[in-house]
Amino acid sequence: MTETHTPQLIDPDVIGGSPEEPRLIGSVCARCGTVTFPRQRSCPRCTSEDVQARELATRGELWSWTIQCFAPKAPPYLPGGVDEFEPYGVGYIELPGEVRVEARLTESDPDRLRIGMLMDLTLIPVPGAPDKVTFAFRPACQEDE
Amino acid sequence: MSGGEDVAVVGVGIHAFGRHDGVTGLEMGAIAARRALADAGIAWQDVDFAAGGSDAAGNADTSVSILGLTGVPFINVKNGCATGGSALTTAHAMLVSGAAEVALVVGFDKHPRGAFNPLPEEWGIGSWYGETGLMLTTQFFALKIQRYMAEHGISDSTLAKVAAKAFENGARNPNAWRRNPLTEEEILGARMVNHPLTQYMFCSPGEGAVALVLARGSRIRELARVPVYLRSVAFRTRRFGSFEVFSPSIPIESAPSATTEAAAAAFEEAGIGPGDVDVAQIQDTESGAEVMHLAETGLCEHGEQEALIQSGATELGGRLPINTDGGCLACGEPIGASGLRQVHEIVLQLRGEAGERQVPKACRVGFTQVYGAPGVSACTVLTV
Repeated sequence: MTETHTPQLIDPDVIGGSPEEPRLIGSVCARCGTVTFPRQRSCPRCTSEDVQARELATRGELWSWTIQCFAPKAPPYLPGGVDEFEPYGVGYIELPGEVRVEARLTESDPDRLRIGMLMDLTLIPVPGAPDKVTFAFRPACQEDE
Repeated sequence: MSGGEDVAVVGVGIHAFGRHDGVTGLEMGAIAARRALADAGIAWQDVDFAAGGSDAAGNADTSVSILGLTGVPFINVKNGCATGGSALTTAHAMLVSGAAEVALVVGFDKHPRGAFNPLPEEWGIGSWYGETGLMLTTQFFALKIQRYMAEHGISDSTLAKVAAKAFENGARNPNAWRRNPLTEEEILGARMVNHPLTQYMFCSPGEGAVALVLARGSRIRELARVPVYLRSVAFRTRRFGSFEVFSPSIPIESAPSATTEAAAAAFEEAGIGPGDVDVAQIQDTESGAEVMHLAETGLCEHGEQEALIQSGATELGGRLPINTDGGCLACGEPIGASGLRQVHEIVLQLRGEAGERQVPKACRVGFTQVYGAPGVSACTVLTV
């Protein structure tokens, strides 16, 4: 029997929902409808302070991507993350009608990434902090497309 | 032009870029300042306003303890990659307003080896961003050029050509850091840093210093052998919808970049168009930045870069020579100094004093553009 253990979210102000169904928490401006991520207290477009939290869509299209080929410095990365570094994908995912979110990608093979592919929100361990999880996007399964 | 009197660069000085163990950034700044004063043929006592800055090498105004305690008003500027441009903006405004007659502007820096490691908290972002592995300037430039290449048909070969040109020009510049020419093949085959950008397509944080002496009105002819007029300097921050570094998200609605707006304002104030530019220095943090900034500044259309660069038009002997001193790619990036290095190079080119890297055609109009985090840009138009 393995012990069930709920990992801790890297920042509960950024990721909500449940570990099985995580949601990114953004905000929407009541005046102009602009969506931001993470949540902001005022609207960067129209300056209104009438802004509410909003759970963002979990599926979007890959808008751009790169592979991070060298270990980031710690800080701001965690020292353990530097030790266990493997190249990882990074991209912007366009959530339809909302916003483009920057995220880690579960795919790090450049030949398997293309602009426009469908991506789904998921959680991955925080590099160097195995008890914590952060958000990432993974290619949507073929049968989902 | 605002006001009636002209402002001109009447002296320039530089401390070589690269690695200089045993010399502080502040000392490099003072060396550059003395060289600029000597170039103008004046003493530090003749300067009635100063502005300057560094990102990581101390307070610029401390240099008065090296240069001399004359009581001169000295404003420190710390504005990321736009530090030099902001210092220049400040000095220009003081001269145009009549509050000063002769101003010194200095920028210097000294960064440790390797990529920058800014902290998210200092940029208004939670620590989750850095711990997740997203707080890297190299990622931003890669993500921006990757999208841009897909939208505008830019090839990997063009990225490599930009870097090859930088090292070719750097080899002709005694103040550059990287002075070994590299072939397009060597650049494309180098270690990948962030797809599609390899090791030699990125500049490296480094060290160096630049100073300028500016004067207004009747002082210009007294001090300058060949005055280079500062027709305009414009500085902008980002608008909603522009795609900038350290952005956990970007809006779907797009807007012109800080560079586009600063360049347009600089050309308008100068009454000179991008088509009139003979030689330009533009921010080449990496190869793709030079490609994108060429169009953002208005020096060409979006998508036109592929043919322009492949044809050699941006090389020393081309129609529109770009980054004739090797740019950030060959000189390295000491943040506080880079913006002023661009102006320094334009002054040499317009005076015809750029030595082995002198542009062969006659040059009357120069342009500079600096860009940095989190979406700041400063542009200048200079003429003889």
